[in-house]
Amino acid sequence: MSNLLSLMTFFPLVGMVVLLFLPRESDRLLKTVTLVITLITFVISLPLAFDDAFRTSAEMRYVEFAQWINIGEYFRMNYYVGVDGISLWLVLLTTFIMPIAVLSTWHAVEKNTKGFMALLLLLETGMLGAFIALDVFLFYIFWELMLIPMYFLIGIWGGKNRIYAAVKFFIFTAVGSLLMLVAIIYVYYYAVKAGMPFQSGFSIAHFYQLDIPAHLQTWLFLAFAFSFAIKVPMFPVHTWLPDAHTEAPTAGSVILAAILLKMGTYGYIRFAIPLFPAATLKFTPLFAILAVIGIIYGALVAMMQDDVKKLVAYSSVSHLGFVMLGIFAMNLQGLSGGMLQMINHGISTGALFLIVGFLYERRHTRLIADFGGISKKMPIFATIFLIITFSSIGLPGTNGFVGEFLILMGAFESNLRWLAILGTTGVILAAVYMLWMFQRVMMGQITNPENEELEDLSPREIALMLPLLLFVFWIGVYPNTFFEKMNPSLDNLIKQVKGKQQIVMMIEEPTRAVAETTVNQ
Amino acid sequence: MYDKLWLIPFFPLVGSIINGLFGKRFIRNEAAIGAIGTGAVFLSFLVSCSCFFTLLNDPVKVHQQVVASWMTVGQLQVDWGFLLDPLSALMIMVVTGVGSLIHLYSIGYMHGEEGFYRFFCYLNLFVCAMLMLVLGNNALVMFIGWEGVGLCSYLLIGYYFEKKSAGDAAKKAFVVNRVGDFGFLVGLFTIFWTLGSQHGVWTLNFVEISENAHLLGFGGTVVTVATLCFFLGATGKSAQIPLYTWLPDAMEGPTPVSALIHAATMVTAGVYMIGRMNVLFAMSPTTMTVVALIGAFTAIVAASIGFAQNDIKRVLAYSTVSQLGFMFMAMGVGAFTAGIFHLMTHAFFKACLFLGSGSVIHAMHHALHHAHLDDDPQDMRNMGGLKKYMPITWATFGISCIAIAGIPPLAGFFSKDEILWWTFGSTRGNLLVWGIGAITAGMTAFYMFRCFFMTFHGEQRTHKKAKDHVHESPWVITVPLMVLAFLAVVGGFVGVPAALGGHNQIHHYFEPVFGHAQEVYKIGIKEALEHSHAAEYGLMGLSIAIAVIGIGIAFTMYLKRPELPGRFTARFSQLHRWVYNKWFVDEAYDVLFVNSTKKFATFCWKGFDVKVVDGVVNGTGKLVNVLSTALRYTQSGLLHNYALTMVLGTVVMVAIFLLQ
Repeated sequence: MSNLLSLMTFFPLVGMVVLLFLPRESDRLLKTVTLVITLITFVISLPLAFDDAFRTSAEMRYVEFAQWINIGEYFRMNYYVGVDGISLWLVLLTTFIMPIAVLSTWHAVEKNTKGFMALLLLLETGMLGAFIALDVFLFYIFWELMLIPMYFLIGIWGGKNRIYAAVKFFIFTAVGSLLMLVAIIYVYYYAVKAGMPFQSGFSIAHFYQLDIPAHLQTWLFLAFAFSFAIKVPMFPVHTWLPDAHTEAPTAGSVILAAILLKMGTYGYIRFAIPLFPAATLKFTPLFAILAVIGIIYGALVAMMQDDVKKLVAYSSVSHLGFVMLGIFAMNLQGLSGGMLQMINHGISTGALFLIVGFLYERRHTRLIADFGGISKKMPIFATIFLIITFSSIGLPGTNGFVGEFLILMGAFESNLRWLAILGTTGVILAAVYMLWMFQRVMMGQITNPENEELEDLSPREIALMLPLLLFVFWIGVYPNTFFEKMNPSLDNLIKQVKGKQQIVMMIEEPTRAVAETTVNQ
Repeated sequence: MYDKLWLIPFFPLVGSIINGLFGKRFIRNEAAIGAIGTGAVFLSFLVSCSCFFTLLNDPVKVHQQVVASWMTVGQLQVDWGFLLDPLSALMIMVVTGVGSLIHLYSIGYMHGEEGFYRFFCYLNLFVCAMLMLVLGNNALVMFIGWEGVGLCSYLLIGYYFEKKSAGDAAKKAFVVNRVGDFGFLVGLFTIFWTLGSQHGVWTLNFVEISENAHLLGFGGTVVTVATLCFFLGATGKSAQIPLYTWLPDAMEGPTPVSALIHAATMVTAGVYMIGRMNVLFAMSPTTMTVVALIGAFTAIVAASIGFAQNDIKRVLAYSTVSQLGFMFMAMGVGAFTAGIFHLMTHAFFKACLFLGSGSVIHAMHHALHHAHLDDDPQDMRNMGGLKKYMPITWATFGISCIAIAGIPPLAGFFSKDEILWWTFGSTRGNLLVWGIGAITAGMTAFYMFRCFFMTFHGEQRTHKKAKDHVHESPWVITVPLMVLAFLAVVGGFVGVPAALGGHNQIHHYFEPVFGHAQEVYKIGIKEALEHSHAAEYGLMGLSIAIAVIGIGIAFTMYLKRPELPGRFTARFSQLHRWVYNKWFVDEAYDVLFVNSTKKFATFCWKGFDVKVVDGVVNGTGKLVNVLSTALRYTQSGLLHNYALTMVLGTVVMVAIFLLQ
């Protein structure tokens, strides 16, 4: 099917239009229709998962190309999309998480369901579009498209401080995107000036071939990297995240954690690093240090939280620090681990937000101190919570371990050895904050009489956790399903980036470059 | 037979899943749940036996089975693979054998518990993880088991999760172990990366690592750093200084757990790991010395704490820490065989001791419960004279005490004596280690018999209302006790030294595993001593004498003249206070690590996040507010504001471009 990607991406948008014609008060109908739409989207995306060509090919597949916006002979952007081993699993993660997120709203969203559902579907189109875009400007449009629904999801359906959180989210992200936009246009004009036919628009493939001088790369890289760093979020621009997560409705938090944050890390892999390899080389120590600070800092701050949701939010800062460390290791173990950890984080942290949501729907509080002894009343919930907790801690046999292990191994192999060792302390801290939280919420005596009446998970709630649990163990036991399809593309990327870095080093420091080449061989 | 290896961890896994998923709702019946749990481990035991005996008669001693690939990323290729050699063969026998007995025992001990199914689910899962640990053919499969047993330990210590102390202990155990796991991971990265990048051998497979270890160079930095990291892992799992503090707290778990996990199997994982990587350790004399010294200090410190504890399980816990110290002493002086030998005999008598204490606690609990008393059923000050009520428990406990004290011809004598002999006479030996070992052996005899006499002999101090409700335990409890006591008697005969006319079969048995490293790196009994039985007899006599003296002092202080301990504590009240409070190590750790980390973390949050980062952001926000008030005529809201800025940005960019 040649237009599978477009079908998948715009089907939710079509669904949104359908939704607008449905009566606003028929709550259950709206939710069911949305669920069906997201499920169909998932089914549409499934052939990607079963396409074995990804095992051998590093090329973009399912490519679609069409001229789109044309302004004279100066500006051209194309509708140019495709999927390779890097975006493949992120696309599938998106279509997989969405039905779960919709199902989680069943009793959680009561006010203005229609608006909520419409925004969710719009958001899905934005996310899928951003992952498949091969034209940088097209990517930017989808990137901005995601921002708006999320802003409203937090601002309208959020908790008490929703306005502050939404505005903070918006300002942080918007400031970042702005810089990126400037950089994107600059690269385009640079490319045209360098002789690229303007018809090819903002094609990423063409941009990859540019030889941008090192001093220019520095500024362009920083513009991209800053924008992505906010999205990841990296220390120290992470403070929007805890507020956004705490205030967002459960479905919003799940999507934010599982997919939106990956937009940042994906941005590094797809854009910032391969477009500006020389600058990457220069800034690798800085970003690796920030990543490791993120790992430890996020874990430490998570430890002291008294709000479960905030704790999970800060744990994201720590987990994404691991991903960044893996990416900047720039070798196959680090990058594969980083990619896998993006999926893992989507599954485990998504599940944790659902778990917090279950508690919140029952008790309308998220304070750790309000709970205690819940295991007794909710044994099924306790079991699922326990499994997810250990997956988040990175217990071998679960998904979290494979990702973290490869990231640390990759970082250890690169020049980041000491940082890798520091980062490894993150595995200790993760156990501290997660187990302490689990103990205070689930173990001990029931001290709060309101917890006496808690009901265990309903079949719906169990059903939406089961797929996540399946992947916790699948990735933990047989991650090759995922590696074999992402590795050709990642391998290709590494060769491309390292090749260019090698040339830069030859110019700047011939002897060191020769030495490193021999070591690498 | 060797292609059935995967079945060994598989059976307990299936048992765990069945009981975990269906135990509560569908099976419900205690007998059925217990039978599934025990049966699963027993099946593994049968397969293990068959593997063990096949291997015994097989001239080829190393067999691997690869079930599937686990992860393949570039040069890193890890399999789900198993390895059977004499070392892992012995370990699976101990784990599944002792494991089966303890499962059987648990049916009686856990009778009537609400979480009966949960208990068996965890216990089976533990056995599965432990078998993965010992059978893994590469470091990563071992690590799955390594952390898997940590998980099960967490679940089982926290089995009575409603008790805060149980939750605390469980968390502490896992976190402290994670500190060790950090070391394990760094060690693993170091070996993998150095062998790979410098010598082209990309592997985590134990056999390949051992074959290529010489490339790292004898006594080199890499090998020293890596083995020290691995040893940090071992100190966590095997409760050695500095990471031993979790084990005594782990006694919050039900007693069968203490017997299986915290005495016989899991805590020996560190010793096993050194045995598995003996080639690497043999290459670093520095690490070996560290291992031996840490083992020795742990042995004596833990023994000293054991003097003053009144909780019967805590005495046994410190005794376990101390005995593990002996095993590390052995590994550190190159007596790998003796270390594993002691691991095995210790599994027999310590499991028997723990199960015996469980039998006592079980009886005390029922008696006290019957009399509606709140006395602590684990406090030895409430016991005494239990011999007449519980003759089988008394006899098996007594036999095990004799075994651990090192009185011939029981199992503990042979293994402990072999260790002391090597610390004295090995080319890697160390007189300091030997001295500490010998003193600790005497201390062990003392505090174990103190425990024995306080529990079973002398005046009965149980409240008189409860006294007559103390009964011997049912057969599911006493049969495992008798089997283990029997093993504690005969288990040592596989290692009777030549000096006593034995064949030291276990030495020959382990030859294919340890012989290579010992030969290449010249580890063995010094030549001057090798053929002199006189020295060996002398040391043997000395260690028997020390043990007898220890028992004698205990006899005098706790049976003959029971007023002595009180006078002693009054006289040396400061010393007693320190020993009684475990040298205040927990308190020191709290101040040094726990509280300071919390303080720093709070600063990060409330100081940096809230004040600095958000301060800047909110400050900017206010500034924008002021500006936007001025620009209100052109802008109606935030989104427009944003759109305008976008346009402005583009203009600025184009301007820059045109000006170039």
